[in-house]
Amino acid sequence: MKFQIPIGPQHPALKEPISLRMTVDGEIITDADIRLGYNHRGVEKVAEAKNWIQNIYLVERICGICSHSHSTCYVQGVEKLMELAPPKRGMYIRYLVSELERVHSHLLWLGVAGHEAGFDSFFMYVWRDREIVMDLLELISGNRVHYAINTVGGVRRDLDEGQKAKILEGVATLRKRSEYYLHIGANEPSFVARIAGVGFLSLEKAIALCAVGPTARASGWPRDVRKEDPYAVYDEMDFEVGTADSCDVLGRVVVRVKELLESYKICEQILHKLPPGDIAVKAPRKAKPGEVVSRYEAPRGENIHYIKSNGTDKPERLKVRAPTLGNYPATVEMLKSGFIADIPLIFASIDPCICCAERAVSLVNIRSGEETIVRLSDLRRRSIEQHKNAPPKRNAVWPF
Amino acid sequence: MAVLRTLLYLVVYPGLLFLFVYSTFCEWFDRKVYARLQNRMGPTHTGRFGLLQPIADFVKLLAKEDIVPEAADKRLFSLLPVFGLAVVSTAGLLLPVWNIDLAAPGMTSFSGDIIVILYLLSLPTLILFLAAWSSTNLFSTIGGARVLTMLFGYEVPLFLAVLSPAILANSWRLAEIAAFYQKKPLLILPNLLGFVIALIAVQAKLERTPFDIPHAETEIVGGTFTEYSGKKLAFFRLMMDIELVVASGLLAAVFLGGFPGGPIIGFVHFVIKTLFIIFLLALLRALTSRIRVDQVVRLAWKYLAPLAVLQLLIVILLKGFLK
Repeated sequence: MKFQIPIGPQHPALKEPISLRMTVDGEIITDADIRLGYNHRGVEKVAEAKNWIQNIYLVERICGICSHSHSTCYVQGVEKLMELAPPKRGMYIRYLVSELERVHSHLLWLGVAGHEAGFDSFFMYVWRDREIVMDLLELISGNRVHYAINTVGGVRRDLDEGQKAKILEGVATLRKRSEYYLHIGANEPSFVARIAGVGFLSLEKAIALCAVGPTARASGWPRDVRKEDPYAVYDEMDFEVGTADSCDVLGRVVVRVKELLESYKICEQILHKLPPGDIAVKAPRKAKPGEVVSRYEAPRGENIHYIKSNGTDKPERLKVRAPTLGNYPATVEMLKSGFIADIPLIFASIDPCICCAERAVSLVNIRSGEETIVRLSDLRRRSIEQHKNAPPKRNAVWPF
Repeated sequence: MAVLRTLLYLVVYPGLLFLFVYSTFCEWFDRKVYARLQNRMGPTHTGRFGLLQPIADFVKLLAKEDIVPEAADKRLFSLLPVFGLAVVSTAGLLLPVWNIDLAAPGMTSFSGDIIVILYLLSLPTLILFLAAWSSTNLFSTIGGARVLTMLFGYEVPLFLAVLSPAILANSWRLAEIAAFYQKKPLLILPNLLGFVIALIAVQAKLERTPFDIPHAETEIVGGTFTEYSGKKLAFFRLMMDIELVVASGLLAAVFLGGFPGGPIIGFVHFVIKTLFIIFLLALLRALTSRIRVDQVVRLAWKYLAPLAVLQLLIVILLKGFLK
């Protein structure tokens, strides 16, 4: 019996709207199709109307989980454009928040993976411990989600000794717990039975389909911007890139927990080496004309921002390539020939952040059912064309 | 007097009223244990310790809008919840609680009632399948197919495991089986393997984690219940709760020596033993993750069924040895 089941745009397994159309034969998936465009917000266009400082807070709102990764990626690029060198202490604090964000994102993902597999106890425990790192982030920045700690030329808040001690304490607790979760995730029989061998993505396929982040690393491809193109403080840190060669969801769980442990290591190094001095330098209002590409290893993979400046106080173009977008082709490959029961697990295994990746809309012609994907610029052109022959607007006359 | 006793038996204990109150209590107990194992609070607000929460949920569902899908088989769709509730309540009457005379079999306790109760406990599964099929939703259809696939897995091990103590007791009547083990409590021990198998099979029958496959929310939304809402969903939920009580009562009667001592002491036995079994089921629920439907069938036929046969073999050998 062959039929198509719609997973999304509204579905309990999805926290954000996306449409997966699965052609299934009984319980086995024969074809998969991903439709995007349910959460398009036009962030890139809005960025062109705001100045360099305002945009930090705008790009931070691209995502609710890796908010710091977008703002850091953007700020890195802007600093390069303005030829600023932020002080060392500011950089250390910025990347401390980065690593803590990676910890919180991976813990969140672990819990979600447990929930998707129907292992709710795992979910509850992991999310309980995630509160520790959320509290630490609140301690540093004053916020739990949008930290707003970045500014062009450094960071906005300093750390004191008491905060340092608290962070070290929290990280020590989290390390102990994470080791326990690695043990459970790799050993609990019913959980392993659900995730081992599921969502297979071979190394060749991962390379061919340009997978990024933990998805690529779980296929044995050690790609990590922090290692291969060390930005900011990462060349001073001692850490390893966690990989797995099982190429399945189990591998992705293991890679993420390994990364957690590496992140704790980096956090401790940053805190121990934290140099004295200023946390920010004053930034100019305008940037020189030019363009820059900024790369950043977000929790989900490589985040790329392209920024073009025309010499004013606003960017001429800001292009965001979120890691989730890079992983979609690989997801389709992973979904094929799996079971229906594996759909949420496989889809969750790339840690999708749908609102990060929404950069185009798909239009459906109601009469013919025909679908087309268009970019924002096309939409704008079309709307201008459509209204070309419309009567000119009269000037509004105030009634009094 | 006999009529009054029968009426009490039917309506009060262990009839409808008791089943309703006790099954909601058991749901509360199950939720509370599950929550505490997950480091949560569980229900706390409604009533003392949140005891009234399941009843509040039930009443709330009764008041909700009741939608019957346009494409559904409307009569079947509406009848099935009530039918399911009636079936499990009838099964509840067959539990050997107090209104029984070992010498004279009656309507609620007769030779072969263990088979009837197993049959009545199998019916809800078929009802769930029909409910899923008649609602014509894609997710329900997949859920219904999963219900039946699972049935082929766990039903045989459950029957084999439950029948082996009966063979040792040399009776097909629940009251006599319970009386046999009350007289010789040591003979409960050889049936331990069967008890474990029956626990796992009952967990699958009740569709609880790791066997909550037919209504796995992250995969197929509501599964069998996707199109059900309001009163009908409330009845289905009550049906599952009562089924939990009856199934654990059956296991207690067969494996744990029944409920001796008349209405009051027997009642205490009933509560303690069923709560013990529900505790074990909640433990299993908290400790595992959901497995796939093909894995259920493989587990059932590779491990549970052979072990159940081994249990039968043990019982038969033991019986010969005891003679």
